Amino acid sequence: MSFINDFLEKVSTPSAKVQHVTCKKCNHEETKYNLYKNNYICPNCGYYYRLGARSRLELLCDKNSFHELHNGLTSKDFLEFPGYQEKLDKAMSTTREEDAVVCGIASVAGNEFAVFVMDSKFIMASMGSVVGEKITRLFEYATEHKLPVIGFTASGGARMQEGVLSLMQMAKVSGAVKNHSNAGLLYITVLTDPTTGGVTASFAMQGDIILSEPNALVGFAGRRVVEQTTKSKLPDNFQSAEFLLEHGFVDAIVPRAELRDTLAELLTIHKRSV
Amino acid sequence: MDSYEKLKTARKNGRPTGEAYVKGIIEFPFELHGDRRFGDDLAIMGGVGFIDKHPVTFLAMEKGTDLPSRLARNFGCPKPEGYRKALRLMKQAEKFHRPVICFVDTLGAYPGADAEERGQGQAIAESIMEMMGLRTPVISIVIGEGGSGGALALASANKVFILENAVYSVISPEGCASILWKESTPENVAKAADCLHITAQDMKSLGVAEKVIREDFDHFDKMCAGIKLRLLDTIEEFAAMSEEEIVEQRYQRFRKFGVFDEK
Ligand SMILES: [Zn+2]
Repeated sequence: MSFINDFLEKVSTPSAKVQHVTCKKCNHEETKYNLYKNNYICPNCGYYYRLGARSRLELLCDKNSFHELHNGLTSKDFLEFPGYQEKLDKAMSTTREEDAVVCGIASVAGNEFAVFVMDSKFIMASMGSVVGEKITRLFEYATEHKLPVIGFTASGGARMQEGVLSLMQMAKVSGAVKNHSNAGLLYITVLTDPTTGGVTASFAMQGDIILSEPNALVGFAGRRVVEQTTKSKLPDNFQSAEFLLEHGFVDAIVPRAELRDTLAELLTIHKRSV
Repeated sequence: MDSYEKLKTARKNGRPTGEAYVKGIIEFPFELHGDRRFGDDLAIMGGVGFIDKHPVTFLAMEKGTDLPSRLARNFGCPKPEGYRKALRLMKQAEKFHRPVICFVDTLGAYPGADAEERGQGQAIAESIMEMMGLRTPVISIVIGEGGSGGALALASANKVFILENAVYSVISPEGCASILWKESTPENVAKAADCLHITAQDMKSLGVAEKVIREDFDHFDKMCAGIKLRLLDTIEEFAAMSEEEIVEQRYQRFRKFGVFDEK
């Protein structure tokens, strides 16, 4: 795919070898190229950089195997919500994406699957009509073509600028997940930082298998709201992937470097002889 | 009334709450308790009874009517065990082929540390997903506040009715105002309520509710009798459908939601 070539060009150009990025956690400076080589993990402190959808696909999929589906959908400011159109324009120009999710089919170690990847760089990957519609179409496609689905979740929650219709996306996607599940097909979610609100309360938590990246923030209510409600200090690891694992809501926490192999194995285990 | 007035009306003390509708509409209601996993959440009451000759399962969010009952009911903000009780009773309704009637009234799912620990998000997610596949009809009535995912967990239904001064929203106008304009002053909340389009009339025009129900709290018995007739009609409408048709109708109901541009 052209974007992957674009991307490889970007990280392998001479400029990527000298261009530095600074770790949000420890301020360590690293070249873009080295960071890419290290799965976008800070070599100094182990911080997981948040990935754009294309970088995620590039790390996961067999070379040239990704084929994008259900693109061409863009959000509409149908409620004339203050500031929404500006937010959309800005997100589209900074991410060069149409909205907060990229969908398609791909393979990993030769195993075919349908995939969606949410992109927190696009309005915190909030879920509006486009996100809901694309993921629904992906599940419908996967059901029709008997494909497993791997979904990378990240989200600030439902997109309030689309009012109650963004809430309805939760049920719409859930219906498509249910049909996919009833067809005996596998759905794996990979929770990434941060997965919250309406996405946590719908398809992020509906996987047959729920994996998470280390330290990812995953929860329903925002930490500040919980703190106000509970009127006490919350433990540092509250709503972390490790916290969820401890409380039984995640199957496994998988380091980024092992994710590809783990997913390939899980897909193989669920492959049925035809 | 503007959106903000409606919001205040929907939350007003003295407005009938879930239990009043159960008593006013369901004949011989028998309450069933507990989620069989952790506990019994009184923010959602559930049970069985009749509407005319039809056995039904009812679920009602209950905010409480005075301070002690509000505390006992956690002000109508359900915890995971509330949603798990509701789901248990919905699956039971499916087993015995009876319709489910939900009365929705919550500011939102409870955002406490204990609720997060016990998987609030997972509980709602499971409820919505299982409702979308339920092989028996679900009819939900928003009687006060339809607060976000916590409300949708009892409203992923075949049909949704809403009272004329009830509201339904993706986020509380207070939450929206504090995100957008930092402070949830009454002016900001009023503005957010407008922007979010939360009124019953908005729900009708967006297709999120099929019917808006007139309020007449001075003649509450009469009002309940009217709602009961509507429910009876709807139950009989679904009784003529197969289980597959019921699931498909619900799927298509939600499938159409969304406004976007497509190249
Ligand atoms: Zn670092």
